[in-house]
Amino acid sequence: MSQFLQVLLSGLATGSIYALVAVGFTLVWQAAQTVNFAQGEFVMVPAFFVLVGTHVVGLPLWLALALALVVSVVLIGALFKKLVVEPILPSGGISLIIATMALGILLKESAKEFYGAEAQPFPAMFPTDPINIFGAVVSMQDILNLIISLGVVVLLTLFLNRTRTGRSMQAAAQNPAVAEILGVNVKRMVMYTFLINAALAALASFLITPVYLAKFSNGETLGLIAFIAAIVGGFNQIRGALVGGLLIGVLDNITATYITAEYRAALPLVLLIIVILVRPQGIMGTSEGRTV
Amino acid sequence: MYRRTILAVTTAIFAAMGAAQAQQAVKIGMVAELSGAGAPAGTNWRDGIKIAVEEINADGGILGKQVDVHEYDTQTDPQVSRAMVQKAIDEGAYAILGTIYSGSTLVNMLVAQQNEIPQFVGSEAPTIVQKGNPFVFRTSSGAQKGVPALVPYFIDTLKAKKVGIAWVNNEFGKGGRDVFAAEMEKAGVEVVADVPSEQGATDYAADVSKLKESGADAVFVYMNQEESARFLIEAKKQGLSIPLVGEVTLTEAKVIELAGNAAEGAIAHVGVTATATDIPGIAEFNEKFVAKFNRNPTHDAIKGYVGTWATKYVTEMVGEFSGAKFAEKMKNLCLNVAEHPRMLLDTCWDEAGEMSRPSFMVQVKDGKPVVIGTAAAN
Repeated sequence: MSQFLQVLLSGLATGSIYALVAVGFTLVWQAAQTVNFAQGEFVMVPAFFVLVGTHVVGLPLWLALALALVVSVVLIGALFKKLVVEPILPSGGISLIIATMALGILLKESAKEFYGAEAQPFPAMFPTDPINIFGAVVSMQDILNLIISLGVVVLLTLFLNRTRTGRSMQAAAQNPAVAEILGVNVKRMVMYTFLINAALAALASFLITPVYLAKFSNGETLGLIAFIAAIVGGFNQIRGALVGGLLIGVLDNITATYITAEYRAALPLVLLIIVILVRPQGIMGTSEGRTV
Repeated sequence: MYRRTILAVTTAIFAAMGAAQAQQAVKIGMVAELSGAGAPAGTNWRDGIKIAVEEINADGGILGKQVDVHEYDTQTDPQVSRAMVQKAIDEGAYAILGTIYSGSTLVNMLVAQQNEIPQFVGSEAPTIVQKGNPFVFRTSSGAQKGVPALVPYFIDTLKAKKVGIAWVNNEFGKGGRDVFAAEMEKAGVEVVADVPSEQGATDYAADVSKLKESGADAVFVYMNQEESARFLIEAKKQGLSIPLVGEVTLTEAKVIELAGNAAEGAIAHVGVTATATDIPGIAEFNEKFVAKFNRNPTHDAIKGYVGTWATKYVTEMVGEFSGAKFAEKMKNLCLNVAEHPRMLLDTCWDEAGEMSRPSFMVQVKDGKPVVIGTAAAN
């Protein structure tokens, strides 16, 4: 029983970070009707901004994290929207998907060129001391990762549903033309979406890199798992991305512990196939259209 | 006319000086991973060789000739390494020192063999000395010798009755896992958890959980550097308190750097380590290396150093610069420290070029690997 609890808590902690990344997929889908295949690299890059801050500039960790967050929001939020999405979107979703793939490769190779191919140590934001919970030993880091990730997703949901700006963002996503007639500044709302996506990616980066270690190739796995989590949960619902992320995190650990470690990497794909066959709109998704 | 005479005389003098110098120098080709992923290993190998060459030249060189080392960068690419070995031989190398990466050595050692050039390598893959190449010699034991050297530590020191194995599912990991499992079976120790993980794996929560629940007295960890570091981080997170013992990699500097304080307490068997400063030769080498390069040497630096000195010792035993006679002399040769102090430890080679010498058990303490015991040559 303690082992099951152990695996469950570890899976939830990792899955909650997958959820953060998956929410980003959902947001960009709503705002630009495209799949951002550079999302994994968006999570990889902020960790290197932190390393530049601490190692090259010599900043304390908290300041390096804060600066990395700002730089990420500007570069992979605002500039991504201005330089990649806006010029290419009129050419269609497929063109933009290909552009994000190219951007992903560019970011990955740039990180490798600038910081090398080897993994780099990344400081943990929280203590890693183990805590005993009913026989399961988990670290404070895992618990706080889980709390922060879930907290951010809940806050984001509240922001989108309970604030004027949030509702404007939803309106802009559902029907941009009508939203504009009703006085919503659609361009600004779309920009907000991209900025939030960048901030979520940076947060996921800060939480997961102490475990993954900073490496140029981190985005490959993360991007794929988060993409599948978003589809499994329901691509048009933030709560769907949350459910998908947590589900994959937990099932991955349970599979590796009780069934097979060798084929664990195949689990998200199996889950994806099952969901597409049984419930194409995803576990929490709706077939009614787009909404953030 | 006068100018022409002066020019001709000057040219003749310089040519004569060059020829005399060439006669007095013996060329050695240092072919190593000086750039690319293998650069940390290659640069240490090179710098160990530099110290050895300075000492050898101060000591009168080899058979009275000064040693002239030429550097060739493989860029950590097997095909480039092959070309570099060929280039070194074309430029007159009497012996080759390198390479370190087994994948490169397996490709380039054929070139040295075809030209009957002795080659000391830093590689540890078992297959290197299993191909019947009489010109290739190790500077550290192969993996097939390293893992069995751990067995007495598990049985006598840790008194383990049940063990777990955490290994990376690639050629390297599977080879080590198979040797260890067979040795444990021979010793009557039960393997209660056999946990493979994929290369590049990032989440070790399930692996560590299985090992915790298995009731193992100790775990043999056989993974590459990054995987080892991630495993150690997860083991600390889950409070895995049984000894984690590996072979070489687990206590390497890169693993300690990546895992931070999670590496504390990790134990590994290593062929040679610069931290074994109780041994006078290693202490002296360590001191010289730090003074010259302002950093601590790694085991690759010691391997390069030993390979260079072995080239001198064996050539002088042969009495001439002959690759064929050198290779013949190396068969079943032992160089003891009493007569050959720069070998640092009593060292023997078998007929295949495999090496044996005493080795070390190290443990990470305060962020550094510290020698906690020795293992006899096997």
